[in-house]
Amino acid sequence: MKWFLHAFAMMFGAAPRKPEEGEVTDAARAMMKFKKLPDQVKLRKQRIAEEHEFPVVSNKWRNRRWASIVILNALFIISYWFDVQLVEGALTASRFFGFHMADVFSAAQVMLAFKEVMLNLVIGTATVVIAWWLVGGRAFCSWICPYHLLAEWAEMIHLKLARLGLAKDHVFHRGLRTVLWAVFLALAFFTSYTIYEYINPVGIVSRALIYGPTVAIFWVLFLLGIEVFYSRRFWCRYVCPIGLSYGITGAVSPVQVEYNLELCLHEGECRKVCLVPHVLEVTKMGYASDTFEYIGADCTRCGMCVDACPQGALKFKVRGLDKVI
Amino acid sequence: MTDATPTPDPEIDEMIPEAPKKRLTRRELEKRRMFLRSVGAGVTLVGLSLVGYFPVLKQLFDRLRPPGALEEDDFLAACIKCGQCVQVCPVEAIKLADGDEGYALGTPYIDARKQACDFSCDAVQCVLACPTGALTHEIARKEEVRMGVARLARPDACLAMKGQGFKGLARGDLFQGMLRYEDIDRWTPMRVADHPYDLEICDLCVRECPITGAISLESVSTDAGDTRRRPVIHDACVGCGTCEMICPAEPAAIVVDAKVTRERVA
Repeated sequence: MKWFLHAFAMMFGAAPRKPEEGEVTDAARAMMKFKKLPDQVKLRKQRIAEEHEFPVVSNKWRNRRWASIVILNALFIISYWFDVQLVEGALTASRFFGFHMADVFSAAQVMLAFKEVMLNLVIGTATVVIAWWLVGGRAFCSWICPYHLLAEWAEMIHLKLARLGLAKDHVFHRGLRTVLWAVFLALAFFTSYTIYEYINPVGIVSRALIYGPTVAIFWVLFLLGIEVFYSRRFWCRYVCPIGLSYGITGAVSPVQVEYNLELCLHEGECRKVCLVPHVLEVTKMGYASDTFEYIGADCTRCGMCVDACPQGALKFKVRGLDKVI
Repeated sequence: MTDATPTPDPEIDEMIPEAPKKRLTRRELEKRRMFLRSVGAGVTLVGLSLVGYFPVLKQLFDRLRPPGALEEDDFLAACIKCGQCVQVCPVEAIKLADGDEGYALGTPYIDARKQACDFSCDAVQCVLACPTGALTHEIARKEEVRMGVARLARPDACLAMKGQGFKGLARGDLFQGMLRYEDIDRWTPMRVADHPYDLEICDLCVRECPITGAISLESVSTDAGDTRRRPVIHDACVGCGTCEMICPAEPAAIVVDAKVTRERVA
């Protein structure tokens, strides 16, 4: 429980740490001890070298995810342009076959600014909370958010530039997102304007896709520029309060990425590709608390680590599914 | 500089443990830099988000809001910027505001001269579509709407005021605006550009007004031979802007003052 709370606190900006004495299971401790035996270390090094010689590149989850982002956003566009009423509206609020859906953070701002609890919004927010709890909270980010897709492309350019020495990643404190989350909710309450929506790239991109581009799209391009040249995945990592809201929503979601300590070679391929690498601290030698462990609440369930891990030590897992079937 | 050379001097020996301390300080410095950068980014972002105040406080825009819109300040607070109202409008009268309008970014407005709300949908569909009540659900009939009020802004440009008729297309053949011509087809709005008129006295604003008793033409004198007429706006006017759209004078002789304009004047 304490270890889970630590993982939860990491989402709000707490620094990753090793599990304390009482937080590690005996099995995990024994396994890590075994892994540190000289011949095991040698074996592991050998296997890592083999991997590097014959790298296995998989983009399975990434391709599925990109398809998901494209299709889901296309549904919004098609609904409007061909008047078929599948999902009307934009990502801030919509109707899915007539059912209200409302983005958690947008709805919270509106209710704080207007100082009234609107029934439709409560229904819409509850629907969304349940839906995203089911499929894994920040799965919103990586499976539907159109800004996420743009940011992924910007990240690819950034990494290429970084390899060439033309750009350098500047790290920010992850607590920034928590502070901004609170500040923007407070601003909505005290100013009676939904202030965050003015700089919200998710809303701007979503509306631009559906209703046609606006000048506001230049703000999004500017942010992407920052991510290309200055700070890798700046908005999604350090700013976006929508992401944090969905992170809270999916903290105890049934859909999890599960870490298998036994298979792990602790080489860190997963942390290199991850949007939120602090959730993968458990993959460092001596950081795991159990032989099987769900990675933290901040995980967007994007599956990049699942694709990246040559040993299959990270896998998607639906909690309790084995018990049901 | 000379500290680097090893000497048995006890004073210098004491200074050697400081070297790793200095390295630690450098790491701390990097940490501090990261912290300052984060504070800077946070302040910058909040600052940038407050830029949206400028057009709102300066009241740079007086937008005609869709039917049922709350008072402007409440409207901006309650609107979730989803555009569902845009999607249901049969004549596509509703547009979404851009970033230059500050916190109104993404909120719906109507440019009546380009495309007025002509109540083609009958039952104020935009109000029904609104998930937050920024377009208040208390309204069920078009007669209850109060978006603004029409005003004869340029009486000397008004054809009726000059006693003139009108023949041809009200807004030219390139005009994209739509209007419901009830006597032709009750359910399908038609292009205004496909609908020529031939009128002895121009009464387009009265003829196309979707609200009964909102506007009428009155004689300007008691002289029976005087063909001049004045469009008079009555209390029933809902401010939909159909008169502004159809007015053949360029720019329109009759305009709609949005509710927000009237709030601000009052």
